[in-house]
Amino acid sequence: MSENPAALRAEALESLLIERGLLTTEAVDEIIVRYNERVGPMNGANLVARAWTDPEFKARLLSDATAVVNELGFEGGQVDKLVVVENTAEVHNVVVCTLCSCYPWAVLGLPPKWYKDPAYRSRVVREPRAVLAEFGTEVPAEKAVRVWDSSAEVRYMVLPEMPRDWALEDTDTLAGGVSRDSMIGVTVL
Amino acid sequence: MDGIHDLGGKEGFGAIARESDPRPFPTRWEGAVFSIIRTLYGAGVTHNTDQFRHAIERIDPISYLQDGYYGRWLGAAETLLVEAGVLEQAEITARAVSLGAAPGDRIAARPQAQPDVFAGDYPSTGTTAARRVDNAPIFGVGDRVHAAATGHNGHTRLPAYVRGKAGTVFAHHGAWVYPDTNAHGRGEAPQHLYTVQFEAAVLWGEGAASGDVVCIDLFEPYLENTSS
Repeated sequence: MSENPAALRAEALESLLIERGLLTTEAVDEIIVRYNERVGPMNGANLVARAWTDPEFKARLLSDATAVVNELGFEGGQVDKLVVVENTAEVHNVVVCTLCSCYPWAVLGLPPKWYKDPAYRSRVVREPRAVLAEFGTEVPAEKAVRVWDSSAEVRYMVLPEMPRDWALEDTDTLAGGVSRDSMIGVTVL
Repeated sequence: MDGIHDLGGKEGFGAIARESDPRPFPTRWEGAVFSIIRTLYGAGVTHNTDQFRHAIERIDPISYLQDGYYGRWLGAAETLLVEAGVLEQAEITARAVSLGAAPGDRIAARPQAQPDVFAGDYPSTGTTAARRVDNAPIFGVGDRVHAAATGHNGHTRLPAYVRGKAGTVFAHHGAWVYPDTNAHGRGEAPQHLYTVQFEAAVLWGEGAASGDVVCIDLFEPYLENTSS
């Protein structure tokens, strides 16, 4: 067995498709730079920060996130329908796709590797509290855990609770503190 | 299809391995595979996302678990390219060998000789899978429903872990292209889509925390009214 068969197989496929005129090296390089450096969870973090500071925006985001995102025209993949679910004193939300790896690219970028791995996909629907604990998130017994399995074209993003000790500053500063994992719902802030 | 991809609730996978490199493409080949998949849509090799997802589901189970996410995408790309007649399996292997691969490598979720027996014509889904339909939704928010007890061959988005279970309609999302037909070129057959909420104890037994729930999006044909 060679050192990295998948990499060699991918290189073989890439070179054959370039010869067929279906792909260029430049297109591949551009995609890698775009997703490694430009498309990420900052779009989602900005939505969260605006929701915390603007009650009208928050109400719109929770009732029709698709319209909000389409108006803002985020780069990185369109979203057919986006639903933003709010963490509250009563409910903690967490998102998964058990059948493949559906993820709200437009607001969070491409998913982390663990989100696509069998361990997360199999376990989080069955034992969400144990999975959350692995991420350092202890959900009190009196708070319900609501797991969202993205099994169709609707995509889900969590609106985390703003920590009590954070000051309501400008949205850029607030957004800088909103992590990707808190918008998947595996952590809190 | 009751494939290995239907992972919800399966036990034994252990701790979640969190990566140290935050970039989506730590190595070039993963980005190349991502680019190839995007190219296949434009080239008419992949007609819709449902067909693509089903190509991943047809990967043999050992490769599915072993080769990782972009290994699975690579396997699906190969399946679709070979089935579309753009490339031959043998020439891909020959090229990989010329680059240093061993001829016997179990490579990147190698597609099995398992043609898509339902394959028909594939209209493009277009920019959205949402559709308008004339028929009214059968179910309303708050209705008690059962998920169908069995699945079927081919592509479906009804996972095993909710089959036969009772839940409550949480939301209605309008009508959408039906993956079960669209994946096989059997038409879009749009269906109403609902978020259905299942109590954790109903899915997993009495050990589940009371109050915890799973919300999942299910198409109307997957659901039956619960008489009570």
